[in-house]
Amino acid sequence: MTINPPTDRWIGRSVPRVEDAALLTGRGRFIDDLATSTTTLDAAIVRSPHGHATIRSIDLAEALQSEGVVAVITGEDIKRLTRSMTVGVKANVECWPIATDRVRYVGEPVVIVVATNRYLAEDAAERVVVDYETLAAVVEPLAALSSDAPVLHPSLGSNLINERSFSYGEPEEAFARAPHRIGIETVYPRNSCTPIETYGVIASYDPGEDAYEIEANFQGPFSIHAVVARALNVPGNRMRLKTPPSSGGSYGIKQGVFPYMILMGVAARIAGRPVKWIEDRLEHLSASVSATNRVTKLEAAVEADGRITALAWDQLEDCGAHLRAPEPATLYRMHGNMTGAYAIENVSIRNRIVLTNKTPTGLNRGFGGPQIYFPLERLMQKIAWELCLDPVAVIRRNLVPADAFPYRTAMGSLLDSGDYETVLDRAITEGGLAELIERRKSARSEGRIYGIGFAAVIEPSVSNMGYITSVLTPEERERAGPKNGAQATATIAIDPLGSVSVKVASVPQGQGHRTVLAQVVADALGLEPGAVSVVADVDTGRDAWSIASGNYSSRFAPAVAGAAKLAADRLQAKLAKVAAGKLNTAPEDIAFAGGRASSIKNPDNSVSFPRVAAAAHWAPGTLPDTVDQTIRETVFWTPDELSAPNAADEVNSSLCHGFIFDFCGIEIDPKTGEARIDRYVTMHDCGTILHPAMVDGQVRGGFAHALGAALLEEYAYGADGSFRSGTLADYLIPTVMEVPEPLILHHETPSPFTPLGAKGVGEGNCMSTPACIANAVADAIGAENLTLPLTPSRIRELIADDEPQAKNPPRGNDSSKRAGPRKLTGEGSATVAAHREKVWAMLLDPNTLDAIIPGSHGVRKASDTHFLADVTLGVGPVKGRYKADIELFDLDPPNAVTLRGKTTGALGFGEGEGRITLSDAGSGKTLISYTYEAGIGGKVASVGGRLLDGAARVVIGQFFKALANHAGGTSVPGNGLLARLRAMIGGGA
Amino acid sequence: MKPAPFDYVRAESLDEALSALAEGGDEARVIAGGQSLVPMLNMRLARPAILVDVMHIRGLDRISEAKGRIEIGAGVRQVALERWAPLSGMLPLVAAMLPWVGHAQIRSRGTVCGSLAHADPSAELPLALLALGGEVRLRSKKAKRVLSAADFFLGMMATAVGPGEMIEAISFPTHAIGTGTAFREIARRHGDFAIVACAAVAKPGGAVRLAVGGVADIPQAVALPDPSDPGFDDQLNEFAWSLNARDDLHASARYRRDLVRELGRRTVEEAIQCRS
Repeated sequence: MTINPPTDRWIGRSVPRVEDAALLTGRGRFIDDLATSTTTLDAAIVRSPHGHATIRSIDLAEALQSEGVVAVITGEDIKRLTRSMTVGVKANVECWPIATDRVRYVGEPVVIVVATNRYLAEDAAERVVVDYETLAAVVEPLAALSSDAPVLHPSLGSNLINERSFSYGEPEEAFARAPHRIGIETVYPRNSCTPIETYGVIASYDPGEDAYEIEANFQGPFSIHAVVARALNVPGNRMRLKTPPSSGGSYGIKQGVFPYMILMGVAARIAGRPVKWIEDRLEHLSASVSATNRVTKLEAAVEADGRITALAWDQLEDCGAHLRAPEPATLYRMHGNMTGAYAIENVSIRNRIVLTNKTPTGLNRGFGGPQIYFPLERLMQKIAWELCLDPVAVIRRNLVPADAFPYRTAMGSLLDSGDYETVLDRAITEGGLAELIERRKSARSEGRIYGIGFAAVIEPSVSNMGYITSVLTPEERERAGPKNGAQATATIAIDPLGSVSVKVASVPQGQGHRTVLAQVVADALGLEPGAVSVVADVDTGRDAWSIASGNYSSRFAPAVAGAAKLAADRLQAKLAKVAAGKLNTAPEDIAFAGGRASSIKNPDNSVSFPRVAAAAHWAPGTLPDTVDQTIRETVFWTPDELSAPNAADEVNSSLCHGFIFDFCGIEIDPKTGEARIDRYVTMHDCGTILHPAMVDGQVRGGFAHALGAALLEEYAYGADGSFRSGTLADYLIPTVMEVPEPLILHHETPSPFTPLGAKGVGEGNCMSTPACIANAVADAIGAENLTLPLTPSRIRELIADDEPQAKNPPRGNDSSKRAGPRKLTGEGSATVAAHREKVWAMLLDPNTLDAIIPGSHGVRKASDTHFLADVTLGVGPVKGRYKADIELFDLDPPNAVTLRGKTTGALGFGEGEGRITLSDAGSGKTLISYTYEAGIGGKVASVGGRLLDGAARVVIGQFFKALANHAGGTSVPGNGLLARLRAMIGGGA
Repeated sequence: MKPAPFDYVRAESLDEALSALAEGGDEARVIAGGQSLVPMLNMRLARPAILVDVMHIRGLDRISEAKGRIEIGAGVRQVALERWAPLSGMLPLVAAMLPWVGHAQIRSRGTVCGSLAHADPSAELPLALLALGGEVRLRSKKAKRVLSAADFFLGMMATAVGPGEMIEAISFPTHAIGTGTAFREIARRHGDFAIVACAAVAKPGGAVRLAVGGVADIPQAVALPDPSDPGFDDQLNEFAWSLNARDDLHASARYRRDLVRELGRRTVEEAIQCRS
């Protein structure tokens, strides 16, 4: 639907964004652009290459001697000067921003090096020697629950950090009564919305006042301010937090910068100078935060007509290595909305939270929504399939009816407003569902693979700051005291020239908050938006703010713009009194428009806005008695509806609830498995629309993020906890080439609970789109179990026939069916012009090994079967020096031996095992056959995953070819092998 | 993500570059467009002691035609070749492949010879060298030599370029009238490293040559009969298996073989159709 712009007000019009002039001409002021003092130092962080290991020792001697180094800081220093960060559940566990005695995920900070610039800091960081003893890792949430799983935090006794069960209505009875019990099990992967600008912190410490000042591109919620101040062991007024004017995207992720505020605060304190740290992309991908991955079992009690009478949720949430604030919020943000857009009276929920050897999780666009809507909307499709019903009919039958609003869900959420059925009908008509169904019919008649998917979701916004306490038992909540609300603040000030400034604590990251606030205030005061100046970044030392301040839970339009509206109205009421005095009329007769205050009855009787507005500065004595001042109004707004969870665990987790209905048609290429989105329709009801172009921008952005989650993106881990997607060549973000233009439709049902009638709109497609796309793919190929991302390779696997086999299968082909974490394996052979006994002797001789190990700088014999070597290994230009530790096992002289080796170096580490078999090849020659299995971790595994197999093959191949050469004198096989080997080891151009 | 310290030589002449490379030996590396090398430097995966910049050498940025071959100097950026007017007539296969090399931003900096020197198993230009029978002209202070693709590529990211040596130019035989060529690629996103890339050359009346990148450590080629030949599918299947495909984050080994069979056939058919 086209929104007809109102002519009598600025709200509702797509006015040009005031932010864009600076952003489009390179004048944005991001954290890395801010001026720093000349004494500011740069920090680099030494991070764990292991998924799980204890730290035996840290040797800082060389790093401390390195050029430009001012301080080198370990976990012990942090422990000495700070307190463990607050954990959101009652559990016997500490949570530090840096490893203290053990590392629990790849990328966990271990040492901070502070130097005069980042280059020198990184040079020194390479010289820090950390001795790790690796531990078994666990990366899958179900495996982490098993009784023999490695335990990350011994004080917890297991990896299960919290479990709660809830029952609303009479779920057991409903299931017993229902004719059908239909269930689904899903695994939601790890992904992230990946802002362009990474984290940045500039910290200083004033020892005279024991006070920290920290600038960071933090996004809120400012409840985290309390976590940081507590950890730094100072009162809140000694922890001044400032955000830069511009921030390059966040989508929730920049909430996760806070542990680095603590680390850099302490670094500045120890170094005695300000310290700046800008996160690089590898640090960001491996160790910032991501969304949670979740394993879900969901069952529905269903009537024959598709009506759902009960839901039973069993959710296993994986929060990574530490439960960091505000987690486990991802699991509880949707708690009041576990029935989605449907009227279901009986619900049981079991929530378990598990810790694994992966990066700790945090805020991410959609926050908890993708994880519940994927199983819920996939289940809606399955119900339709099993009962031979139309999927749209099943959705329709269960929607909350239009006359039920405000509707209280079984879990306690109060759905503010909506007309879901009308929205559904409009989307079906205006989005052309009938045409898509025709296309599917004709495609299928031609043997093509085509499917249609649907998703109906409600998009909550304005989080209740108390929802997270649902993780506590009612008794624990009673002891801790109630938490609730969603304080928003807005200040409007008038200067002596009568110009208007607005100050909010919303910390935008590109959304255009300043533009919309100028519209809102301009409407109230009868000004042009361009005349209103807006500041939206935060300085906790000067601004009005509260724990709910910040840019999250889509709270800007409903809460922050609403607070600004209230402040503007309050100021307008006062100014009307001032104007009335000047115009000799009543305040009710005053209208503000066109930069003037005028009498409604007699528009010729008017006065300029500045004259009215500035009177409080120049002539306060002339103000009417009922007006104290018109210089500054600060409004605090928190909705009454957001009460604390009650004794029955009912919680109104969010204030507003938008509604989204999506459908799409997808065609699958049967040979390549590629999914082409034929049409994507997304219908939104986000209440009153303040700026149509920005709302569409939010929908497009959320859709692009969701498309990434559905088809491309996954944080991949190896079984040993190694991180596999450390570059943007492996963590694939959709570009404009991959994102089709969705058809965006709107319906407006204002929220009765917000000052402007607006609801949040920023996150909805992250909730609806992954499920909608998966449903379309399922409809196309008839597969029930789908795991995101739906890569062409995975889709092809679901539809492929048996593979034609080779007549002569080459050796070494990897027969494993599925891409993903696994070990590198391979095999090979070489013929050597020497007898078996001679070859055997060579394998056990350090001098021979020194000659044949690629890039060896010397081999030391620790025992007859244990060798230590110093080697340079590399492929092409990628080279690194490693320490190798090789042991021989299962010796069967002169026939076979097993080598087990470990290498460690700056680029990472490797562990492997190989079995070498010697056999006579006739005429004095020996055939050496080998098989190997290797695991590679650390930096090279994170950034070079695509090339690892080949690299391992090259290096291991070099070893055996060199052995063959060494044994045989003249080369076997092939001419010029030595020259080629030299070229391979030495690197090409 | 800052590189380890290195020395930088901005060569103004070929002699200067070759002297610096001879002096630097194993520790020296040519930098041209820097599109692969600079990220490796910044991640400290590569740490050469000396970088020899060849982009300011006069005459090295020339594209020339002589003796039935198109020669492309070491300083020629990919965008320059892409916009070279005679390209689609003289090297239609290369013209079809270039838009698949990274993105426009990358091609505006990256060089043709640099991509060959980097020898990424998924890259398009090494595949072009193999498919078209191109040659690489290597130069050191003491010697010159010319290598075919088979002799130039030794393994993944490994080439025959020795210490003190650099690629001076590469050349492709000029497109012969009556020959058909075709290119197809599947990547996760536009501009990504290929999961499988296929280039086919069909000579007039003769056999078809199919070259495949993205699967083995270096591009591999096979001669195939006409797709109407009953043995075509079997031969293509044997070739697909011979490439030793591996699983990775982006695709399974089976998927890569599937693509070699499917894309290979489509590419060959298209090349034959283009034969006129």
